Amino acid sequence: MELARKWIQALWFFLANGFWGFPLSGTLYQGPLKVICSPGLNCYSCPAATTYCPIGSLQQLLLGIRFSLQSGQYFFGTFVIGSMGMLGAVFGRFICGWACPFGFFQEILYKIPTRKKSIPQVFNWIKYLFLLLFVIILPLVIVDDFGMGKPWFCKFVCPAGTAEAGIPMLLLRPELRETVGWLYVNKLVILAGFVYWSIISSRPFCRTTCPLGAFYALFSKYQLIKMKLKKDACTGCGACHAVCPVEIRFNETPDSCECVNCMRCMTEACNFGAIVVDIAGYEVHSPPFKNQKITTK
Amino acid sequence: MKNNTPSLRRAPFYLLAFFLILWIIGISVNEPQRVLEQAKSICLECIGIG
Repeated sequence: MELARKWIQALWFFLANGFWGFPLSGTLYQGPLKVICSPGLNCYSCPAATTYCPIGSLQQLLLGIRFSLQSGQYFFGTFVIGSMGMLGAVFGRFICGWACPFGFFQEILYKIPTRKKSIPQVFNWIKYLFLLLFVIILPLVIVDDFGMGKPWFCKFVCPAGTAEAGIPMLLLRPELRETVGWLYVNKLVILAGFVYWSIISSRPFCRTTCPLGAFYALFSKYQLIKMKLKKDACTGCGACHAVCPVEIRFNETPDSCECVNCMRCMTEACNFGAIVVDIAGYEVHSPPFKNQKITTK
Repeated sequence: MKNNTPSLRRAPFYLLAFFLILWIIGISVNEPQRVLEQAKSICLECIGIG
């Protein structure tokens, strides 16, 4: 199952970044697919990006809200929030575990053999601050003389934007290199920091910083497709703790907002069939996977 | 024998309906066009250039 998940992650990576004509065109994809919301975090300024990034688009709409109102347009971000919300209501953080290009990137980095370190649980709250402050409040409130805000998260934080767009664009368009300043250096440092952190810790950006993950996390309890613990089948052996990439104790907190629904606990750890996939209340029992033997208590 | 009859969870459908309404409102004010315009252009400020 883990191999299948890796293939699906790779497939989403290439679907979200499927425009490979950019070296010839010299610019990014400009076709109609860009009206489709990328489920995972994927910078739309990436030259290969085929869809729009919901976090980037939401900031752009909120920072220009005064300007659009003055020009008689009512762009409050409802299209983008609606797209994100529908994805969240159905899949929640399954998207983080299965369809996010930047999550996939971090998982690959984590495979580099080195001494691994855990991330303190308290850091998990930071991503909600990024969502609230950097994506919503600051772009809305701090505006220039023309009433325009800034895309705070993209501009000052997002390492996915630097990796997927900042670096490729400088390679693709040499004339842009003259405009590079402290802001770019700041973003390179943040990217380097997350690359290093991803080597020693599992999915640090998803767990501490990603505002899209924070948004999807809000649906954890109510998403249509979710992981479910069958308490009567759970022996409390704790096998699910050991395989979890985000250090959740699934048998204690089955509706945890941190769960990226990778299903490793179900397919690699639980020998008692205590973890199932729940679709709108209906349980989907997994077949016995490799290394898994269903036994009775 | 225990009664394991599953019950339909309604909350996801309410959420889905709510966000579908938001999405339709967005379409009705032509927001997708604005999103498309933004996504087609390179936001240099967003990627730390300029």
